[in-house]
Amino acid sequence: MTLANHRSAEEIGRTERGPRNLPPLGEPRAGQEPQVVDTVLDNGLRVVAARHGAVPMVELRLRIPFAGSEPDHAARAELLAETLLTGTERRDRVRVDTDLAAVGGDLEASVDPERLTVGGNALASGLDDLLDVLDDALTGAVYRDEEIAAERDRLVERITVARSQPRVIAREELQRHRYGDHPFAREVPEAADVARVDAERVRELHRQKVVPSGATLVLVGDVDPERAVVAASRALGGWRSDHRAGELPALPAVGGGSLRLVHREGAVQSQLRLSAQALPRTDARYPALQIANLCFGGYFSSRLVENIREDKGYTYGAHSTFEFTPGNGTVLVDADTASEVTAAALLETRYELGRMAVVPPSGAEVESARQYAIGSLLTSTSSQSGLATLLSVLAGVGLGQEWLSAQPDRLRAVTADEVAEAAAGFFAPTAFTGVVVGDADELSEPLRALGGVELP
Amino acid sequence: MVEPHLHRLTLPNGLRVVLAPAPGGAGHAPVVGLSVHYDVGFRSEPEGRTGFAHLFEHLMFQGSESLEKLAHFRHVQGSGGVFNGSTHQDYTDYFQVLPSAALERGLFLEADRMRAPRLTEENLRNQVDVVKEEIRLNVLNRPYGGFPWILLPPVLYSTFANAHNGYGDFTDLERATVDDCAAFFDTFYAPGNAVLTITGDFDVEHATELVHRHFGDVPAREVGPRRSFAEPAPSGEQRDKQQDAHAPLPALALGYRLPDPVGELDSYLAHVVLSSVLTDGDAARLQQRLLHREQLVVEINASAGLMGAPLDARDPDTFNLMAIHTPEVGADRVVAAVDEELERLAAEGPSAAELARVTARWQAGLHREQDRIVSRTLDLGSTELLHGRAELVSELPDRFAAVTAEDVAAAAKALRPDSRAVLEIEPAEQNSAGGAA
Repeated sequence: MTLANHRSAEEIGRTERGPRNLPPLGEPRAGQEPQVVDTVLDNGLRVVAARHGAVPMVELRLRIPFAGSEPDHAARAELLAETLLTGTERRDRVRVDTDLAAVGGDLEASVDPERLTVGGNALASGLDDLLDVLDDALTGAVYRDEEIAAERDRLVERITVARSQPRVIAREELQRHRYGDHPFAREVPEAADVARVDAERVRELHRQKVVPSGATLVLVGDVDPERAVVAASRALGGWRSDHRAGELPALPAVGGGSLRLVHREGAVQSQLRLSAQALPRTDARYPALQIANLCFGGYFSSRLVENIREDKGYTYGAHSTFEFTPGNGTVLVDADTASEVTAAALLETRYELGRMAVVPPSGAEVESARQYAIGSLLTSTSSQSGLATLLSVLAGVGLGQEWLSAQPDRLRAVTADEVAEAAAGFFAPTAFTGVVVGDADELSEPLRALGGVELP
Repeated sequence: MVEPHLHRLTLPNGLRVVLAPAPGGAGHAPVVGLSVHYDVGFRSEPEGRTGFAHLFEHLMFQGSESLEKLAHFRHVQGSGGVFNGSTHQDYTDYFQVLPSAALERGLFLEADRMRAPRLTEENLRNQVDVVKEEIRLNVLNRPYGGFPWILLPPVLYSTFANAHNGYGDFTDLERATVDDCAAFFDTFYAPGNAVLTITGDFDVEHATELVHRHFGDVPAREVGPRRSFAEPAPSGEQRDKQQDAHAPLPALALGYRLPDPVGELDSYLAHVVLSSVLTDGDAARLQQRLLHREQLVVEINASAGLMGAPLDARDPDTFNLMAIHTPEVGADRVVAAVDEELERLAAEGPSAAELARVTARWQAGLHREQDRIVSRTLDLGSTELLHGRAELVSELPDRFAAVTAEDVAAAAKALRPDSRAVLEIEPAEQNSAGGAA
């Protein structure tokens, strides 16, 4: 099957000419910024429209702050998201899907503790139809009793499936550990709460919280931005409410402390999930912190990945990412590792955090991270869907295209000293808390020996 | 849509090159995509070495003559780019998306490992560990891991090439040697067995010159005739049951053979349309009946292609239908309902409205694929490799539009109960749902 007469690995890895020099970068080429219109309609809805890309599509992202403090909010919100697009006076579930499909379209609603999102797309020629279906749901969703009853049963089953996923278990444990009973920690609803929600409770939530004031609509694609705003205004102008969208109550700062070990029966791999307080995107120190985070574990060529994956082979992927909510930012560090190397991986992770605090990233590390931060912003927003998603995320914290356009220059201006300061200030191991989810029978002993872990 | 104009060349060493410059215009980014597709996937790996093609993909990132370990990642990311690779049934791809100014650097990195990768014992052992963690993450430590792409083929197929686990058994992975790597490289990673694709913001003439400069002296090597993996369709219904220690609910997969994606493309596309008529959207037939009307399933999905995407492999290829259901319902009721709907479609075909709906969604989906530079690059490369014609990518919307109700009816008729696989997943007695401390 493979060649019998092949060269040896040594012969393969060597040529007569020998190693060659890496070519320099060429001249930067100028792209063309999207044309953007960013405005607020008189019902309070902010609309951001951009012409971008070469395919005849339009991407839509609607984002409504949707936090709630009632104990059954997560259950009501989840049922609302699952049934928002399943019926109005004019359309039933099948008709919604049929009308969207006629313009190559899709709309999907999802919810988390902070916001309700409706995301979708259609052929650009079908923008009016897409907006019409959206408006119909926002102003006329009826939540038929039978749809709610059926969705409730399915949701209970889906919650069971979700809670069998290690990453979902780990996320819930981390949220509880970081935020206790703050509404932000209630992501997957409790099955018992879902079972008690009736259609009237969902309709009531819609009346109170599916509102334009404080919400943002992003439209990106092969559209004239001015005309897209007019289309949005025409379609959604009748969506009105005296209520204001549900902003998330301020989050307490994440403080450093012991990790909590959570037992999961039959686990062959553990989830390491660490977190510390960071900064909001709008903070002047954020670009330096962004570079520091890349140096630590925010991309492949980072200290953490090069250590626990490429040197030790403890994990397939280690990551360090930011989580932003209005006015706040935290850093999340994650890696999944086999039970037998979990304690060793935690030790190395703490070592790399400590190194960030006392051995600042070198000039080369900072330059590499800087280039990556600038370049990946370019690549991730090169598609219509990528730009739409990022503009929607930025809109959620009050920012827009002007922030996006200026971010490369802010990154270029960051000095190595500023990165060192951010690294020391935010990545010290003592600033972190977190959870380890895995087989406690195997993990307890080595984690006890390491210390700083509450055992079950 | 603006059709990218394709340019093609073949170097004297046999490397095929596809150049697809993007049109400029409002909101275009100064970004290039480049990929190398090698004509070898996990169906080609030898017995006793399951998972080897994927393991070898990892090793291709571990350095080459001019590049130390870690250098590939650092140069791509330090130039502002992103990278990855993936192993499929019939091919293995490597890609980078970079700011346009880094095009030459990206080509240099790909050429260096095509010419002289460093295959060392230390890197092999390290990547065996990494791949085992990848398999724990995606298969062993989660519910429905490898379902159905690893678990269904051994029920539907009988030859090693088609039936075995492409992620690999741990014992096989641990057995891999550096000499296996050398043999695999010399057999399958010749320039004549690869397609280089460049897309995005670049000048064709300049890129052509760079391709010659960096790939021109990769020595030509003999490329053996490509193996056929053809085997007869199963006679009779093949059934199997597997326990899943992490799954909270039972699941079910049906597997059928598809027409040859290359030789019988139109018939294959009719099956793709059929999969959408069955499960794509709330108005799809099986969603309406099984999910909403009769509430037999929690989730249901049909797809042409083992890994969930069509046109990703040569013959033989798999039509999958998977569902998660409650224990009270049982697999037989779900299968019976699917069979009834297939019979109805075979007899009457879809309505004109259904066809129009599915066609519009496919058209939109293909546009979106073209808009993302990673998928545009990879689609062009894999289509050139598998079909010999990257142009097919932009012809697909019309080919989908040409599928008739009769074609879909014929596809439904071809999914016969007496020539399929039925795989049931049962939750193990003590399942591990919940994270109670």
